[in-house]
This record gives sequence, structure tokens and C-alpha cells, in this order.
Amino acid sequence: MKKRKVKENFMEGLFFIAAAASIFAVVLICFFLMANGVPAIGKIGLVKFLFGTEWSPSDIPPLYGIASMIVGSLYVTAGAIIIGVPIGLFTAVFLSKICPTKLYKIMKPGVDLLAGIPSVVYGFFGMAAVVPIFGNSIISGCIILGIMILPTIIGISESAIRAVPSEYYEGSVALGAGKYRTLYKVVVPAAKSGILAGIVLGIGRAIGETMAVIMVMGNQARMPVSLLKGARTLTGNIVIEMGYAEGLHREALIATGVVLFVFILIINLSFSALKGRKK
Amino acid sequence: MTIKKNKIKEKIFAILTWGAGILSIVVLLYIIGFILYKGVPYIKPSLFSLKYTSENVSLMPALISTIIMTLMSLLIAIPFGVFSAVFLTEYAKSGNRFVKIVRVTTETLSGIPSIVYGLFGMLFFVTFLNWGFSILSGAVTLAIMILPLIMRSSEEALSAVPDVFREGSFGLGAGKLRTVFKIVLPAAAPGIFAGIILAVGRVVGETAALIYTSGTVAQIPDSPFASARTLAVHMYSLSGEGLHMGEGYATAVVLLVLVIGINALSAFVAKRIGGYGKDK
Repeated sequence: MKKRKVKENFMEGLFFIAAAASIFAVVLICFFLMANGVPAIGKIGLVKFLFGTEWSPSDIPPLYGIASMIVGSLYVTAGAIIIGVPIGLFTAVFLSKICPTKLYKIMKPGVDLLAGIPSVVYGFFGMAAVVPIFGNSIISGCIILGIMILPTIIGISESAIRAVPSEYYEGSVALGAGKYRTLYKVVVPAAKSGILAGIVLGIGRAIGETMAVIMVMGNQARMPVSLLKGARTLTGNIVIEMGYAEGLHREALIATGVVLFVFILIINLSFSALKGRKK
Repeated sequence: MTIKKNKIKEKIFAILTWGAGILSIVVLLYIIGFILYKGVPYIKPSLFSLKYTSENVSLMPALISTIIMTLMSLLIAIPFGVFSAVFLTEYAKSGNRFVKIVRVTTETLSGIPSIVYGLFGMLFFVTFLNWGFSILSGAVTLAIMILPLIMRSSEEALSAVPDVFREGSFGLGAGKLRTVFKIVLPAAAPGIFAGIILAVGRVVGETAALIYTSGTVAQIPDSPFASARTLAVHMYSLSGEGLHMGEGYATAVVLLVLVIGINALSAFVAKRIGGYGKDK
């Protein structure tokens, strides 16, 4: 009897430790990124680092300004949202309210598969199908990212739309409004905060995406000049240069990761806030 | 007049809605078709030889490394993920402060981009713990990355197990631990399994978190501390070299087939969840 009690307590302790692992992981990640990245920001100077438009680590003295990458990331994310949100939202309405059951059984796994395709595969697709048309450019990045965030936006919007009580739809139709008018004037606005949460999550995906983007965007470290010219993102900067970077250059790349991490934390917080509002 | 205008508006929105739905699926088919068209002609027996040379550009070592990487990261992530889900659903009181913190950190983990995981893995496992570029560094990094996925699906599966199961077991004199392992976990197994399969999908497709943790050596690793590249990293390396794009697309075909298989398996297992609790 006593032995059993000890065993019970031991296992409960083990379960507790397992549950604490995710806290431990987050603390460790924050600590190691900050400890390795923040000193570099101090050495370069916060303003020079964030707002400097020149990134040329091989110059003497080297220049470490990531403004062009921040702008590059923002451009390509905005473009992905412009492409992905309308298609995603309309598709979500289609899947939740219009689509015949038979077609749904094909489309739903299809959308899931779109989420499962690895980003390098998207990159290869982009290199062969999009780059020949638009070149290694911001536009190519926007198109590939727009496709990649589709499943996120579709999935979350679909469940938000499904959660709207059917009385909304029926009431509106009973008042004489057409089917689509009801869907877009009554049902979609009622699902607004869920859809917004989906868009925010899509923004997070787009900003954090690395491999597909560097394969289609050209990655020039300069202020973006046109949508048809190349640009570099924060994520791209890290992957491309980390292989050979040393000293302050390496630290500056880790600091780029810190900036990215802070962006993501802000996005995650707004996502949680939006999700909380829904309930 | 307005009625006519309304009718036209309805038509336009009907077209937009159907159009977007069809477009989404056409895009998927186009991507798959394109990759097959580009890659299938390059699939030859030499791509599957056990040793990689710059002539045969074999993907076999990468395929084996992918399997090892997947197994190792699962071996670490599954106990942590499932046990923490057990703690959250079976032991902790809801509304508990600790539980709230765990939820916030899990959500944070699932939002962190893979390149940030890669940076962390490089700083902590590769450099600080001095494991070097190794399959072990890569696997632990990926284990942290898939932890939230396994936690969430296990938690959902566990809380879907009806309380009658637990009460019945307690009523028969079983202790809490026994109830968890003999009754609750088996009943939740399909849901947990479906989540694990999705996690496999993430590992198989991952690149950015691995380049600077497990490195890019193209041979079969002979120890956990050897560097190795998975299929996805293999593809990225080929694209960087630019000499073997055809073989790159062939690798994409293999990767795509794997991912489609994984998704189908997950959907199949998830379908069986509904059966539990109803007829047993």
C-alpha cells in the first residue's frame, strides 16, 4: 500500500516536470538568444542597428543596419496578406457554407495537404514556376508566401464561420436578403474576430518563413526599390550569412534573430488577445 | 432596379466564392503536378544508392537520416508531450496558475519560426553543450519545436475521454496512476497518434531549424554526434549548388510522396477517434 503511494507520488512529480518542460524551453530560448544577440545591438547601437540602411559586414568599418531587411520582411508579408487573405476568406466561406459534402471531402484534405507541403518544396516550385515570370523579386516572394499562408487563414476562418449560430443566417434570409448577401453582410462580420485571429497567425507565418522566401527573392541586402526587384528578409539574412559569419558579424545575425523573435512575440500576443475576445 | 442590382451582386459574390474555392484546390494540384513533371524524369536507381557521391547525387543517405532524425526527435518529444498533457488534464486543477503559464509558453513555442529554433539550437546544443553539428543537436531542437503540437493533440484526446471511464476504474479500486495508464491513455491513443503523425510531417519538412544544428553532411551518420542532412536540407543544398536541379526535383517528389502519405495516415487515424466512448 505504501509502495503504491510512493509510486503515485513519483509519477505525479514526473508528469509535473514534463509539463514544466515547455516553460523551461521558452526561458532557455529567450535567454540564449538575448545573451548572444543583445550585446551586439549594444556595440552597434540600437538606432544604427534598427534604422541603418546599410548592411555591409565586409566594409571597413563594417556597417550593420537591418532597416532594409525589416522593410523587406514587411513588404513581402503585406503582399502575402493581400494575396492570401481574400482567396483564403472566400475559400473559407465556400468550405463552411456553400461546398457540397462530396466536394468537401476532397477539398478539406487538400487544404490540409497545402499546409503539410515543406517550405523547400514551395521554394523549388517557386523557382521553376514563379521566378521565370516575375524574376527573383518581392512579387515572387509575395505569391509563394500568399499560397503558404492560405491553409492557416482558411482553417481558422472556417471554424470561426462555422461557430456563428445558424439563427443569424436564417434570420437574415427570412428578412429577404439573398444567400450571399447574408453570408458576407451577416455571417462573416459575426465571425470577424476569429477571422482576424487567422490573419494575424498568417502574418506570423509569413514573417517567420525562411527557406521558400530566400529561394525566390534574390536576397540583395539593400533598400527594396521596386516590387519587381529583389530584396532580403530578416530570416533570409540569418540563413544566408550565418554559414561564414564570425565575431561581431555573427552576433549581428543573432541580433537579427532577436528582432524577428520580438516581432513574433508581439504578433502572438495580439493573436491571443483576439482569440480571447472571441470567447 | 434595386432588385436587379441585388441579383447581380449575388451573382458576383457567388462567382467569387466558388472561384476562390476552386482556385485553392487548383493551386494545390498545380504545385503537385509541377513537381511531379519536373522531378519524375530524374528518378533513377542511382538516386537510391547507399553512398552519396557528387556524380550520383543519391538521396538515400538523406532519406535514412530523415528517418533517424524523425525517430530521435519523437523519442524525446513524445514522453514530454504526452506526460505534460496527462498532468494538465488528469492532475492539475483547471484555472491553476501553473497551468495558465504552461498554456502561454506552449502557444509561444508553437509561434516561434523555425529559423529562430535553428539559431537557438546552434547557440545552445551545438556551441554551449558542445555537441557540434550533429544529428543529436538537430533532433533535440526539432523535439522542442514539435512539443506544442504533441501536447495539444494529446490534451485534446485525453479530455475527450468520458469521465465515466475514470469513475468506473476508480470504482473498481484502481489507483489514479493505474487508471491513467490502463484506461485513459489507451482510450485516447488514436488522437495522440494522429498528433504524432502530424509532428512527423513537421520534422520531415523542416529545413531552417536544421541547417545550423545538424549540418549538411550528405552521408549516413554513424553516431548521434555525426552531422547529417535530411531530405529537405538535401534539397536546399542542391538548390544552392545549382548543378543538380533535376535531382533536386526528384527529391521533392520523394518528399511530397512522404508528406501525402503522412497526411493521409493522420486523417485515417483521426477518423477513428469518434468511435471511442460511443460503443465501448
